[in-house]
Amino acid sequence: MRYLPLTDTDRAAMLEVVGARSIDDLYGDVPQDVWCEELLDLPLHQGEIEVERALSAMAEKNLHGGNAPFFLGCGAYRHHVPAAVDALIQRGEFLTSYTPYQPEISQGTLQMLFEFQTMVAMLTGMEVANASMYDGASAAAEAVLMASRVTRRRRAVVSGGLHPHYRDTVSTYVRHADLEVVTLPMAVQEADLESQIDGSTACVVVQIPDIFGRLHDFSALADACHRAGALLVVAVNEVVSLGLLTPPGDMGADIVVCEGQSLGNSLGFGGPYVGLFATRKRHVRQMPGRLAGETVDADGRRGWVLTLSTREQHIRREKATSNICTNSGLCALAFTIHLALLGEHGLARLAALNHEAAQRTMERLIAINGVSTPNDGFFNEFTIELPGPAAEVVDQLAERGILGGVPLSRFEPANGALANLMLVAATELTTTGEIDALAGALQEILS
Amino acid sequence: MSGMTSGGHRGLVMDEPLLFELDGGGRSGVDLPEPEGRTPKLGGVRPRQAIGLPGVSEPEVIRHFTRLSQKNYAIDSGLYPLGSCTMKHNPRLNEKVVRLPGFAMAHPLQPQATAQGCLELIATLAHWLTTLTGMQGVAMSPAAGAHGEFAGLMCIRAALTARGDARRRILVPESAHGTNPATAALCDYRVNTVPCDARGRVDLAAFERALDDDVAALMLTNPNTCGLFETDIMTISGMLHSAGAFLYADGANFNAIVGRVRPGDLGVDAMHINLHKTFSTPHGGGGPGSGPVVLCEELLPFAPLPRIKADGDDWQLIERDSDGRAFGRLRAFHGQMGMFVRALAYMMSHGADGLRQVAEDAVLNANYVLARLSGAYNAPFPGPCMHECLFDDRNLKDTGISTLDIAKAMIDEGYHPMTMYFPLIVHGAMLIEPTETESRQSIDRFCDVMVHLADEARKGNQELFHSAPRFAPWKRLDETAAARRPVLTWTPDTT
Amino acid sequence: MGKRLYSREHEWIDVDDGIGTVGISDYAQEQLGDVVFVELPESGHEVESGDELCVVESVKAASEVYAPVSGEVVEVNDALGDDPAEVNANPYGSGWFVWIRLANAGELDELMDEDAYREYLGELA
Repeated sequence: MRYLPLTDTDRAAMLEVVGARSIDDLYGDVPQDVWCEELLDLPLHQGEIEVERALSAMAEKNLHGGNAPFFLGCGAYRHHVPAAVDALIQRGEFLTSYTPYQPEISQGTLQMLFEFQTMVAMLTGMEVANASMYDGASAAAEAVLMASRVTRRRRAVVSGGLHPHYRDTVSTYVRHADLEVVTLPMAVQEADLESQIDGSTACVVVQIPDIFGRLHDFSALADACHRAGALLVVAVNEVVSLGLLTPPGDMGADIVVCEGQSLGNSLGFGGPYVGLFATRKRHVRQMPGRLAGETVDADGRRGWVLTLSTREQHIRREKATSNICTNSGLCALAFTIHLALLGEHGLARLAALNHEAAQRTMERLIAINGVSTPNDGFFNEFTIELPGPAAEVVDQLAERGILGGVPLSRFEPANGALANLMLVAATELTTTGEIDALAGALQEILS
Repeated sequence: MSGMTSGGHRGLVMDEPLLFELDGGGRSGVDLPEPEGRTPKLGGVRPRQAIGLPGVSEPEVIRHFTRLSQKNYAIDSGLYPLGSCTMKHNPRLNEKVVRLPGFAMAHPLQPQATAQGCLELIATLAHWLTTLTGMQGVAMSPAAGAHGEFAGLMCIRAALTARGDARRRILVPESAHGTNPATAALCDYRVNTVPCDARGRVDLAAFERALDDDVAALMLTNPNTCGLFETDIMTISGMLHSAGAFLYADGANFNAIVGRVRPGDLGVDAMHINLHKTFSTPHGGGGPGSGPVVLCEELLPFAPLPRIKADGDDWQLIERDSDGRAFGRLRAFHGQMGMFVRALAYMMSHGADGLRQVAEDAVLNANYVLARLSGAYNAPFPGPCMHECLFDDRNLKDTGISTLDIAKAMIDEGYHPMTMYFPLIVHGAMLIEPTETESRQSIDRFCDVMVHLADEARKGNQELFHSAPRFAPWKRLDETAAARRPVLTWTPDTT
Repeated sequence: MGKRLYSREHEWIDVDDGIGTVGISDYAQEQLGDVVFVELPESGHEVESGDELCVVESVKAASEVYAPVSGEVVEVNDALGDDPAEVNANPYGSGWFVWIRLANAGELDELMDEDAYREYLGELA
């Protein structure tokens, strides 16, 4: 077997050193009646050629962003990832290293994490950020738990504009945390959030762009939260939007969580992604997750270490701020490299291109008879209202080889108000040909 | 501080500033087309002004991150004996197949009929996992081990609620990973610690005393974090089940028994599997991981959403359950697909035969280290061990040299240190896991170094240890200063 | 100033006119190593003897500090926020944690005086 260096000669010699007659001796502590005497009923080993062939066959069954006109978003976006990103993250020193517990021989990862934290703080307009979470949704859930710790209050108000999967993740995480979650309905006609805030409210959770692609300035809401002693948690599920929009930190957010997939990371059918988590300095000791911090070595040379670890499970055990251990290190690296390549001007331009692609797409779609949009503002994604059920239209588009959008009824099939709504995203990769294909097919389906 | 040279570099060890200090003003490492200049339609939101990101060209970015990478130890560069972390070889075939566009560019919310290959891959991996563990089903979405623990305990809590049997306590052996009690707390369980006995196993008498009808589950790592198989496992699982409680297994050490023992046969009710440990998906400097949790029949109805189900020849993604028993959702989408593809490639490469060999070689290598180092270091518990071996610092007593000093001296010798000061039940713990992907020669060289260091410690060569590491790119870093005045981001005025 | 009394968990208290200054002993700070952070309660907080009062953190450990007596926290040592190292440097001086207004002076009888504490430490070694 190509991954196993020991030969039978090695094994025999090593068993002798160990003082065992056979490998079975070494399993002597395992009750013998549960030993698997036979090989389990699974295929035997295969070479690279066979494995690659089998997995390629599976991959080829999928329609995807590389072989179909593509307008899917809703928390995961198709973007161009510069070739340098993938080349660098495949360097073995990054790919095959562990959590940087020994700082003297882990400065590569630690410096990168410090750069990542800085970039996340800059993008979100916040003061500090951690070294990443699993994804945007779990980061949102951790934010609610953190807000409850900070305020010592037990009520969270969740906007109907929050991605339903984020909403469900939040309610799962807090299920046994003695926390009441008030969720406003997912509806184009928004409910009033401010009236939900009272003296027991730990936080209000909102999203920008929201699940319908709309944009809101949360400054007034932030003021209302602060007046009541509550925190404002802002979720961003398209990080590229932060290249164009006023960041949540400038609106007064106390915690910002974000899905970072769009920078450096592929769609990959939903994971692994990278959750960004940023807050104000004064709340740092209530933060979940790892943190890299600056220090010096014995020679006075600048370096970085994992710090404030007493918040974490390996030290604080049941009193930790979170149970998270493994995070999204390599995805955070890809994010950092992509953003380093873009730089200040590159990100702004990328964001502008996304917004313009969405404008062009929207103009074509709402020109079709029976198609309209409730969005007056948007970033790279918007809702269209169709004359009939969007889920059926999406399936019909797929039959034509077009991945046209996400029907919002997928999240709440019983919610009739969502039935005809479809979320459509466009990015810098969206071509005129793709827009033509979508508009043409939609016109055909609706006529 | 520039070290011994004028520019701060030392041969191949390049001094590298922060990215922000490389800022070249208007530079960029990408060439994107010029926007048309349309008027933004941002609703009520103002366009943002400056962000503060640096401008750097592609060659500078490549050089920056290449230099950073060169400051990391990695399994690609040497033996990485971190006990309980399983730093084994990461095959590059896995990296190649995960980048197939059919996987890499598939969207989690595309119509299911267009993503059958993705669903088939997840279902195939699920089949391997349930077969290898002898369990009835598996929840695939957890993002890492701790996330899997959360899923497992949520299932247990839901099942107990369904029985009308609310229980409030979780038992955790004192040798457990910190995630276990942290997860129990997240599920609002009180944690009772069960001591270990003189054999490094769960103290059966103490366990029996702690077990009553208020206990929801025991969270047990087996093999445990001393690298030992819990010999009383059948008694333990039997007692738990008689008491109406569940056995949750922390699967961090499944690599010791894969193909040889099925956790389902040990009475395990739920167990997460760290694909980044047993099935070799890369650790990537701290993640991403993947922690599917295998479940017994009684727990399966409560598994989180989404799930995958066969529908004739097709695969179906279930995003809401018909009976409302699913405990909820753990994340935005379906799971760590990129880790699934890598893990399946690894499993198919090894096959049923190879995976069994993986466990056997891992166990043999660890026992070989235990045998070779037992004279030089003190093994608190007799062998055989499983996939990792544990030493304490008794042989260092009165030398003035600690486990930490040994670890830092290992760095000078070209090795990443073992896991140290964990598990907490022995003093100055050194937990060594060589894994199956080290050759005998590689392990011999490692053991020679370890024996040498023990000799030097006994000789009282304090200088060697207290100045270590001397040859690493950095000397010991001041963690106290970092924690007292946390500097967590770069700001223009800190340079 | 009265005379310093000690608990078995290595807190000390020095009572003057019904108000006790509370800190951790020299032995405790030595065991903890470099203190990097002290999480203090808020003034006005009511505690029972044996309740968790503060958390004192080193780089790799966090330890609870328990109230040696019942009462109301009337003052906390905010200076530790900027300079937690004082706990190591001056455990009986500027490294104090809180002032507690004693609810029940009788609880002091449960604590050890200097000699008894020294003897207690001898047993631990």
